Amino acid sequence: MLELTPKKLSDRSTLRINPIKTCQPVGAMYAALGVHQCMPHSHGSQGCCSFHRMFLTRHFKDPAIASSSSFTEGASVFGGGSNLKTAIKNIFDIYDPEIIAVHTTCLSETIGDDLSGYIQDAKVPEGKLVVHTNTPSYVGSHITGYYNMISGFIKYLSESTGEKNGKLALFPGFVNPGDMREMKRLMKLMGTEFIMLPDTSGVLDAPMTGNYTMYPKGGTTIADIRDLGNCEMSLGLGELTSEFAADTLEKKCKVPYKTLPLPIGVENTDAFIMALNQFSKNEVPYEIEEERGQLMDILLDSHQYTHNKTVAIFGDPDTVLGMAQIVLEMGMIPKYMVTGTPGAAFDRKAAALLEKFGVEGCTAKQAGDLFELHQWIKNDPVDLLIGGTHGKQVARAEDIPLVRVGFPIIDRYVHSYMPIVGYKGAIRLAELILNALMDRQDRDCEDEDLEMVM
Amino acid sequence: MKNDAAILPERAQSIRFSECSGDGIKCESASVSGAVSQRACVYCGARVVLNPITDAFHLVHGPIGCASYTWDIRGSLSSGEEGYRNSYSTDLRETDVIFGGEKKLVAAIDEIMASHAPKVIFIYATCIVGVIGDDIDAVCRNAEAKYGIRVIAVKSPGFSGTKKTGYKMACNAIMSLVTPDVLPEKTCGVNILGDFNLAGEMWIIKNYLRRIGVEVVANITGDAKVEDLKQAPTAQLNLVQCAGSMTYLAKQMEEAFSIPFIKVSFFGVTDTSDSLMRIAYAVGDKDVIKRAKAFIEEEKNRVIPLLNKYRKNLEGKKAAIYVGGGFKAISLIRQFHEFGMNTVMVGTQTGSKDDYEVISHLVDEDAVILDDANPAELEAFMKEMGADILVGGVKERPLAYKLGVAFCDHNHERKHPLAGYEGTLNFASEINLSMNSPVWEIIGGINNV
Repeated sequence: MLELTPKKLSDRSTLRINPIKTCQPVGAMYAALGVHQCMPHSHGSQGCCSFHRMFLTRHFKDPAIASSSSFTEGASVFGGGSNLKTAIKNIFDIYDPEIIAVHTTCLSETIGDDLSGYIQDAKVPEGKLVVHTNTPSYVGSHITGYYNMISGFIKYLSESTGEKNGKLALFPGFVNPGDMREMKRLMKLMGTEFIMLPDTSGVLDAPMTGNYTMYPKGGTTIADIRDLGNCEMSLGLGELTSEFAADTLEKKCKVPYKTLPLPIGVENTDAFIMALNQFSKNEVPYEIEEERGQLMDILLDSHQYTHNKTVAIFGDPDTVLGMAQIVLEMGMIPKYMVTGTPGAAFDRKAAALLEKFGVEGCTAKQAGDLFELHQWIKNDPVDLLIGGTHGKQVARAEDIPLVRVGFPIIDRYVHSYMPIVGYKGAIRLAELILNALMDRQDRDCEDEDLEMVM
Repeated sequence: MKNDAAILPERAQSIRFSECSGDGIKCESASVSGAVSQRACVYCGARVVLNPITDAFHLVHGPIGCASYTWDIRGSLSSGEEGYRNSYSTDLRETDVIFGGEKKLVAAIDEIMASHAPKVIFIYATCIVGVIGDDIDAVCRNAEAKYGIRVIAVKSPGFSGTKKTGYKMACNAIMSLVTPDVLPEKTCGVNILGDFNLAGEMWIIKNYLRRIGVEVVANITGDAKVEDLKQAPTAQLNLVQCAGSMTYLAKQMEEAFSIPFIKVSFFGVTDTSDSLMRIAYAVGDKDVIKRAKAFIEEEKNRVIPLLNKYRKNLEGKKAAIYVGGGFKAISLIRQFHEFGMNTVMVGTQTGSKDDYEVISHLVDEDAVILDDANPAELEAFMKEMGADILVGGVKERPLAYKLGVAFCDHNHERKHPLAGYEGTLNFASEINLSMNSPVWEIIGGINNV
């Protein structure tokens, strides 16, 4: 497989092979699914909506609901205004959401549809809401679309009434429902009152009940999105993903913000806990200290199996940086760090991380792709691959174990329920990484070297 | 849900209970704006048909999404080449949208040619390519002249029709690839149209044809290679399997290469046996007819007793079907009938009026028939009709599971080959496995607490 990937690197400035990103709208759809009783709406051709729902369904193994403006030839010539008007009417008539969150596509952006105008002119039933964001597929990536949609909710809905609510606004970054649950658990343990936007827990990891409901119990409520404007401060987790939303809230409602890396690994989780501590002025409870201590114990017990192992990490920018942090904490070397999402900040953050740990000879690349990463590995291999499902071809071709972390993971189950953030998440990552390396050792060693006790 | 049956008034014409008479179902039209449709687009249709050509390069000209979403998602197996399992795109950016993407497309083709030697490159033009004014025909012409290979434009903007329009674009691309300057002599082989070698089904069918003495010239497009495809005009007969996508190509080949076609289906014992006999008679060779009869007899004797073992588990159960094309739906209804099961709901994304006509005659009077259904409709009717299992694709799977209904993927994610005699066994085994899994006991237990 993949014998087409030549070892020799060639100059490739335009052709994208095996991407590590997808387009903005799917990120916007994911964000909108994290709002309670919200119908994400794709303003474009029918295929976009269908592809995005399929993509999310394959990752979460749960229904992902969204509607489409279903553009035709006519709409592409005369604009999609009447499609959107009809869509809004139909959606409220039949699917009865509280709110519709419209995002655009490459087509509706290119023909210059004026979404603000269309929405102002649309007939919206009393008490119902329609918001939008622009998500041109030819800018940024799904990460861009994710934070654009969050900002869209804030722009339309968040208000500062002048009376503070004593809460922390939390932007969780582009993470799984399992991670959002873990963040909420830690905030509760720290006695922090919070509003989190979005919150896909209880939506894309909803329990099986024997009934299908279009709007499961989870998701940030509209009242809470409004109330974001009264928060004391906001905390954006994942600096490259959440700053834009935090900044939007500051501009609109004067809520000061702070950003931190995704709380993956020891130091990043420490920083998150300390930020909660500073905010709530509550002591760190023993339960959290105990988890941290367990993680220390595990890292110490297992350190000789991870020391100096080399790793290639690919995926979304903040996830890759977080994984690089924990990999370094485990004594491993993140030899290659690649994200498909464009943005020079990734390279800078990666360089700072390597400098902090005093590690040299690693390569980080934004706007990269898996084909190139595969070529690097062919020239100078690694011990472990960390990323989403699409790395499995490279893993097989080069016979390197793959630890599945990030988005999308379309060939395994359970992952979206389990956290990679917090000390608990770090314990889970340590187990995944150790199992991959130690299974490999068991598989590859000579008969006489097979160890019963490791 | 405001409306009990969750039906948009505009959608009422696309749903019917089969006792209704009148002009038949409304189908082959654009989806209603605002509907949560399960349908895909023109690009998707074109890509799924051409993607199984294993030694072609599939270059998506447009922003990254369309290439990402279709990267190695169709379980079409290859007996050799793996190039089609990579994802190539021009990844258009904002500047390209402003200044045009032609230069980037030219450069991308150059970059492919610098390190590979493809025989054909398909250039898929997605939604915005026409809008920003790229002349991809010119780019393809120039690239063909420069490199001496086929570079074929597949104009498939998502808004320009339904998935079926995309099938046509793919068929046109295939015609462009296989049409020779001079029509060659006929051989006594057949082409197989509309099998995509999902889970290796093309191999099963080719093996059957070999057993009855019929040679296969070209597989279109499952496990196809460009050089084999180019031999297609020499065939004496076309076998059309996925009628929804390939009837159009068969008609073109009939006109251009004088190859007659017959429609076949290899889903279920009855359809497989009928199809093999019809192929044998169409080929017209006495020996082939004799061998076909013997082969069918032998396979039936082997398979039917095995199927009967499942039958006691399946008999009397109610099936719901939601698939892409009408022809597959028809085959599935027949197959469920063979298992002693009753189809209570049947829908398709792109079925034609003729398909729905046939369907309405195959199912019971109170069965529900839907075109381009949405999840709310599927939920409402599956519940109302008390379906025990749903046969569908990726988006329907979690819906069925949330309802506590068993499921079988008969689309890209099928786990085992479902065609032919062994496919029928696999199908029976799979639906038996899902319907009678111990998981239902646990779930039932929890729900009853």
